[in-house]
Amino acid sequence: MSKTKAIKANNIPAPKKPKAAPETRKKSRASLDARKARSGWLFLLPFIIGLLIIYFPIIADSINFSFAEVTTQTGGGYKVEHVGFENYKYAVVEDMQYTTELVSGIKALLFDIPAIVIFSLFMAVLLNQKMLGRAAFRAIFFIPVILCTGMIDEIDSSNKLTEYMSDSSQSIDMGSGNDTVNAVVSMTDIQWMFDSMKVGTELTQYVVNIMNNIYDIINRSGVQMLIFLAGLQSISPSIYESCSIDGASGWEAFWKITIPMVSPMILVNAIYTVIDALTSATNPVMSYISGVYSGSGGGRELSSAMAWMYFLIVLGIIGLVAAILSAFIFYQRRD
Amino acid sequence: MDNVKQNISENAPKVKKETKNKIRVEFDRTSGWKRFKLKYLQTNFVVSVIWKIARFLLLLGISYVILMPFFTKISSSFMSAQDFGDVTVKLVPRYPTLDTYKSIIKDNGYFEALFNTTLLSLMAAILQTFVCALIGYGFAKFKFKGNKLLFVFVILTMVVPHKTLQFAMFMKFTYFDFLGIFNPFRIMEFIPTVNMTNTFLPLAILSATGLGFKNGLYIFMLRQYFKGVPDELEESAYLDGYGPFKTFFKIILPLSVPMLITVFLFSFSWQWTDNFYTTVFFPSVNTTLMPSIVKVPPSLDTSLANNMFTAAVSNAAAMLIITPLIIIYLFCQRYMVEGIERSGITG
Repeated sequence: MSKTKAIKANNIPAPKKPKAAPETRKKSRASLDARKARSGWLFLLPFIIGLLIIYFPIIADSINFSFAEVTTQTGGGYKVEHVGFENYKYAVVEDMQYTTELVSGIKALLFDIPAIVIFSLFMAVLLNQKMLGRAAFRAIFFIPVILCTGMIDEIDSSNKLTEYMSDSSQSIDMGSGNDTVNAVVSMTDIQWMFDSMKVGTELTQYVVNIMNNIYDIINRSGVQMLIFLAGLQSISPSIYESCSIDGASGWEAFWKITIPMVSPMILVNAIYTVIDALTSATNPVMSYISGVYSGSGGGRELSSAMAWMYFLIVLGIIGLVAAILSAFIFYQRRD
Repeated sequence: MDNVKQNISENAPKVKKETKNKIRVEFDRTSGWKRFKLKYLQTNFVVSVIWKIARFLLLLGISYVILMPFFTKISSSFMSAQDFGDVTVKLVPRYPTLDTYKSIIKDNGYFEALFNTTLLSLMAAILQTFVCALIGYGFAKFKFKGNKLLFVFVILTMVVPHKTLQFAMFMKFTYFDFLGIFNPFRIMEFIPTVNMTNTFLPLAILSATGLGFKNGLYIFMLRQYFKGVPDELEESAYLDGYGPFKTFFKIILPLSVPMLITVFLFSFSWQWTDNFYTTVFFPSVNTTLMPSIVKVPPSLDTSLANNMFTAAVSNAAAMLIITPLIIIYLFCQRYMVEGIERSGITG
């Protein structure tokens, strides 16, 4: 497609009035750069305007409100009364539920990152191979990205229906949360596997939880899969070819070539997973905060304070993840 | 393997020259069984077959996990309240009924919601795709002072969850002053503010400035895509007398259609199922949008119903909500994978 367009571009008739030749070469280059810079600003103009008029004031207001009490006036407009750290103090000291939700939410987030990143990498590698029905599988795997977001996600997350529909004695988790009775894999099933490895019950529990929440993990790894797929496509096949000529097996090629080549995407995906979890409607901390928002009596300022606190903690997590992962990233030189 | 080599050297083909351009080769053909053995009865082949079967089963299983909720949604939406009382009824309804759909469509104002949401999503998706393409192109192809800093702000809009800004956003658009930038401390109180809630304006403004839902992601994706477009293309256009904007509209946009469709699909469907902005910007119940149809319609007979039945009603509503999206997805999904694959997103 790009080829035909390029030909078209060349066929465009020359402009009627050729511009006057510039006097010196140096001057013309500088002016071209300046012109390019100017058009760059023009392209970004909508974003800059939005940033200045909408986004920065909203952020400032939000921080402002979290330190204040806002009263709506009947004549129109509103009044902001600063109360210092009252909202933050209330959230941390008095609201017990907020702190417990916060701690458990952050713990869950930390555990979800590796699970989602590893799962999506694995699935992207599988979907990248040539096989029977690849197009159909790809189409099915990206259904959750399009369909299971927002409200649908919310409906599904409290859904007892799927469990009811399938044979209740041995059903697969369908996003209805942790149900120990109906779990596919129980601790005892998997314990023998880890017993010989001496890794302790925490890891066993972690693996069991992942298996039982497989629907949740599939649902949340759609975009990550797409990003990995794009990364895998950009690896030149000749690298694999030369690798296999040198006698490497597929397993070795995966660890020595695929992993380093997609390592920048691993960082991107880890960060994206954190952000996505942060903004998703099913996040327990966020839904608690929305509950506070819609609650009566100054809940809206309180929710701002809570959300900012949560955001700062998560920002710390993102920084931590980026710092840890960036030590292992391999950047290909692209000149 | 040694055996094979010997076989070959023993029965080495004999080449006879017949004429100038013709040769004849005489050789003993290896027997069929031997060839079969060499080809198929090998560890490599067996392992690869086992791997292929395992891979297929794994993908099939995960596809089942993904599709199962949809099947249950569909089947339960046709089940009547009696079916839920009967424990032997699973998946196939004994008394199939269309009442659930009928009452949701009639009582909850499905068609009104469909119309409004279509308008809203189309507007948001078209604006967002276009504006994000502009911004992404600006980031990808123009070097100037401050573009790195601006890109940091794009990441910032991606990272700060919009729920954090929920209250401030609501206040901003309830008391919207066009001079907000000159009047940050509200000194000029006499300028009237405009209440924009319950209209499409807040979302239109956010979309037109690249600040809407997940627009940071779209800008990122499009920037990576445009970076992959060779510079020579634009240089030849410049030589032919095109300006940067004409180049963008006449050359760059037409060749990035798959990526634009991908972004359009994302923004359309995410706006479609969104219930955060719709609840923030449409606080009154007058404008019927998709989130408001998820409730048990009053005309439905719920005297026999149990918890499962109400769950089934909300699932039927979900089915009604996503049906248009499924149709769109069926047409657009091949562009989606194509667009993403060609974007070559790297770090």
